[in-house]
Amino acid sequence: MSDKILLNSKKIQIILQRLACQLIENHGDFSNTVLIGLQPRGTYFADRIATILKDDYQIKNIDIGKLDITFYRDDFRRREAPLNANSTEINFLVEDKKVVFIDDVLFSGRSINAALTAIQSYGRPKEVELLVLVDRRFSRHLPIQPDYKGATVDVINEEKVLVNWGENTTEDAVYIINKNKK
Amino acid sequence: MKTLSVQNLLGIKHLVKEDIDLIFETADHFKEVINRPIKKVPSLRDITIANLFFENSTRTKLSFELAEKRLSADVINFSASGSSVKKGETLIDTVNNILSMKVDIVVMRHPNVGAHEFLAKHVNTKIINAGDGTHEHPTQALLDSFSIREKLGSVAGKKVVIVGDILHSRVALSNIYALKLQGAEVKVCGPVTLIPKHIESLGVGVETNLRKALEWADVANMLRVQNERMDINYFPSTREYTQLYGVDKKLLNSLNSEITIMHPGPINRGVEITSDVADSDQAIILNQVENGVAIRMACIYLLAEQIKK
Repeated sequence: MSDKILLNSKKIQIILQRLACQLIENHGDFSNTVLIGLQPRGTYFADRIATILKDDYQIKNIDIGKLDITFYRDDFRRREAPLNANSTEINFLVEDKKVVFIDDVLFSGRSINAALTAIQSYGRPKEVELLVLVDRRFSRHLPIQPDYKGATVDVINEEKVLVNWGENTTEDAVYIINKNKK
Repeated sequence: MKTLSVQNLLGIKHLVKEDIDLIFETADHFKEVINRPIKKVPSLRDITIANLFFENSTRTKLSFELAEKRLSADVINFSASGSSVKKGETLIDTVNNILSMKVDIVVMRHPNVGAHEFLAKHVNTKIINAGDGTHEHPTQALLDSFSIREKLGSVAGKKVVIVGDILHSRVALSNIYALKLQGAEVKVCGPVTLIPKHIESLGVGVETNLRKALEWADVANMLRVQNERMDINYFPSTREYTQLYGVDKKLLNSLNSEITIMHPGPINRGVEITSDVADSDQAIILNQVENGVAIRMACIYLLAEQIKK
């Protein structure tokens, strides 16, 4: 790929460790906390974080779910391409729990806005936090900010932040690609 | 990215296999939604749907209404009895008047075959066929196939027998189209007077012996005898019909293999199936009703997606 690399595999590993530690600082043994990966790519990220918490920090019984926001998006019927849904797998209630949303890139904030509505179908969380791998600064359409972030980047509108996970591609890497350059 | 190949859901005849796959994939997601503590999504909050029922309905009407409300659409209901239809208004006028109230999608049941196709040519809206006379009932066929897929893993290669009043059944025709499209083998079974001539041309087999049909089948879809559509006697008596074409537990237990029993409702208990069959583990009748909401949500959602802002 000819585009600029923002994070390589090694940097992503360091960030994952740091974010896991930051979560432990705030959530202790996770007995009242649930991790929710946002479909599609946030779920890989959430699984990685959960694995580190379990394997490296011996935190047992972490509730982890996947949330699909397709039916809650505010651009239904406003996009050229149709939206295709992914599965939601939340086998617990979030009533009175601390919820941590996990997503790869925070851009306009609209996905998180949709997720905030969607999660209410599973109860009233005590509080909701947001953890992202990449925060695209100065591009927000809504007053939404991350509580934990891996990296911050300023990119122009023609550019896109692409996060690859080893689970669905061949490598862990974050690229900045130019949408007009093909 | 996938979308339906049709602009309206007039009948299964107009669909391709990919449409059915897309509807089922979408319905899988909606089935998860309707089993949540809060069973509602906001997707269609700026869509208005009119349910026009020119013919009686209980579960289809409720199922559509629930599906629409689960998607957060605004819903208006109309039934022919007590309406201006009785005063001589034409179908096009009735629908155009309703559309003037800024309705985006029309769900219609009508006693006349082809009413939906006619309407689709003359009014500018999305139309979903909730049953037209003895012709098609596409969402019923979709939910039937979806229920078979859920119970048996897939529809392709399965042997399905549709038993009963094939002649007057829109469920039968839509089911035949849907099942054949997905690669199932289909037979119809019933008194010869209730089996349409030349039905073999649709690629289905005909069997008049119920036991033989059930021995062959993986799934039996039991239809009601539609007395309200019969202007002559097609069989000597209900008792004789039940003896020859009714399914009871004794008959099911005597078969070589366990088959799945379906029924689109309303059931005439003791006529086409007995209560012990309807309430047995082999019957998936109530699953069909549950799946009906998910399937209708999927159909409405996918058609609504085509209405661009």
